Amino acid sequence: MLVQQLANGVFLGAVYALFAIGYTLIFGVLDILNLAHAAIFMLAAFVALSLAGLGVPLVLAFALALVVAGLLGVLLDRVAFAPLRRRNAGTLVPLISSIGAAIIMQGVARGIWGPDEQRFPANALSTAEIHIGSLTVGALDVVILAIALVLMGVLSYVLRSTALGRSIRAVAADRVAAALLGVDIERTIALTFFIASALGGAAGILIGLQYNSVSLDMGARIELKGLAIIILGGMGSVTGAVIGAFLLGAVETLSVAYISSSYRDAIAFGVMFLILVLRPTGLFGKRALRAA
Amino acid sequence: MALLEIENLKAGYGRIEVLHGISLRLEAHTLCAIVGANGAGKTTLLLALSRLIPIREGRVTFDGRDITRASSHSVVRAGLVQVPEGRRMLASMSVEENLQVAGEAAHRGSAGSGVTEMYERFPILGTRRSLAAGSLSGGEQQMLAFARALMARPKALLLDEPSMGLAPKLVETVFEIIAQERARGTSILLVEQNARKALALADYAYVLERGTISLEGKGSELLGREEITAAYLGEITGPSSR
Repeated sequence: MLVQQLANGVFLGAVYALFAIGYTLIFGVLDILNLAHAAIFMLAAFVALSLAGLGVPLVLAFALALVVAGLLGVLLDRVAFAPLRRRNAGTLVPLISSIGAAIIMQGVARGIWGPDEQRFPANALSTAEIHIGSLTVGALDVVILAIALVLMGVLSYVLRSTALGRSIRAVAADRVAAALLGVDIERTIALTFFIASALGGAAGILIGLQYNSVSLDMGARIELKGLAIIILGGMGSVTGAVIGAFLLGAVETLSVAYISSSYRDAIAFGVMFLILVLRPTGLFGKRALRAA
Repeated sequence: MALLEIENLKAGYGRIEVLHGISLRLEAHTLCAIVGANGAGKTTLLLALSRLIPIREGRVTFDGRDITRASSHSVVRAGLVQVPEGRRMLASMSVEENLQVAGEAAHRGSAGSGVTEMYERFPILGTRRSLAAGSLSGGEQQMLAFARALMARPKALLLDEPSMGLAPKLVETVFEIIAQERARGTSILLVEQNARKALALADYAYVLERGTISLEGKGSELLGREEITAAYLGEITGPSSR
């Protein structure tokens, strides 16, 4: 029972992690919270669902929707953040403009896909189960977990060992120093938005697959969790976001199993609150993205 | 034509204009010093040249190219590179990563052999390569700041107070590095609080006073002028030799 619940927590946590990494990357580089992240998460799920509905193979639909999400992120930066950055608008104004962008995206999604919850085509998803001793896991869950872990591995490699990753970390550490070394700041920010939004989009698609449900409010349901995770992990820390996400996933599934599903979020947020009281800077603080 | 030509440059922050029309020239393969009191606008000038703050009026050409409206990275790629005040380490990244990111940014790709060259030139950096840049001593950080700038293979260096906060012995080392770099043919625009040392090394120098150039001349000439000695040398470098 416990092992089963922990396994479920891992499946949930992996997707939370993908989502939260997007927040934390952008916060690390720009010191702003991108509150349109959840809208891109939702839009990507709808794009993947529509492509699957058109008969595009699921893997291809997933890949295309990631690219769409990434490009939406770049567009978001150009429209909602870059003009404010040029005017040195601080951190609060971009927060508001990202809320505006989220509302617009929400409206566009409603216009295109309508207000109702939607499901993937009936034959698109595997319902096979895998039994390991007393543990039962869905094949789909395993695939989702594998995709999430691979994406996180790729991100970790990019941040640690590539020129792009070094430039992202340099901009996060000290934008002026990076500019003086010749780092193209705007290009680096655009690529950060692409990566962050593609990961957020991936999370949206994977959650859509996991529950076989895509809806307009799916972003709103994960948004606060994502924010709580990055605060718990330490703002700007990728490692912190991943650990925070798995922690939240585990606490949620355990509280559903052992206490009550109606207290799930209350317990999850209560645990986070306790951790933050003990460690107000979060588990890792901002430095971890810079060190990656 | 000079390597770097500044004509009537005006710049500032918000509503405040700090530089009220600066004109100066940095000839190729020379060292030009800018001295002046705190708040005279020395750092503002360098930030404007590195294109981190807008130039409101005037014109800057570097190596035959108008860079008045250029982006900060294109200026670096053109070969005009600044070593900023306070060194500005990418503190949590390793020494090697600091060098790599500089090389990759300036050459749009691989840092190539530059990193090894810098370890040969500054052996202490080689021994510290995997340490976080923030853990280095002040002198080591200044060396890394130089090495990072040299990764771009600059035609001209903008040095903002390179000896600031360093022990006297390390100040000597820093001025040795500057002299070496000039001997290699790099042009240098040097902003220094240590005016005596800067003027002694400079081919040409400008005195910046409240956002305008109040005096200019050969370094050795300015070093001999009484008003300079009184205003910028006496109190900074201790008892004057006069």
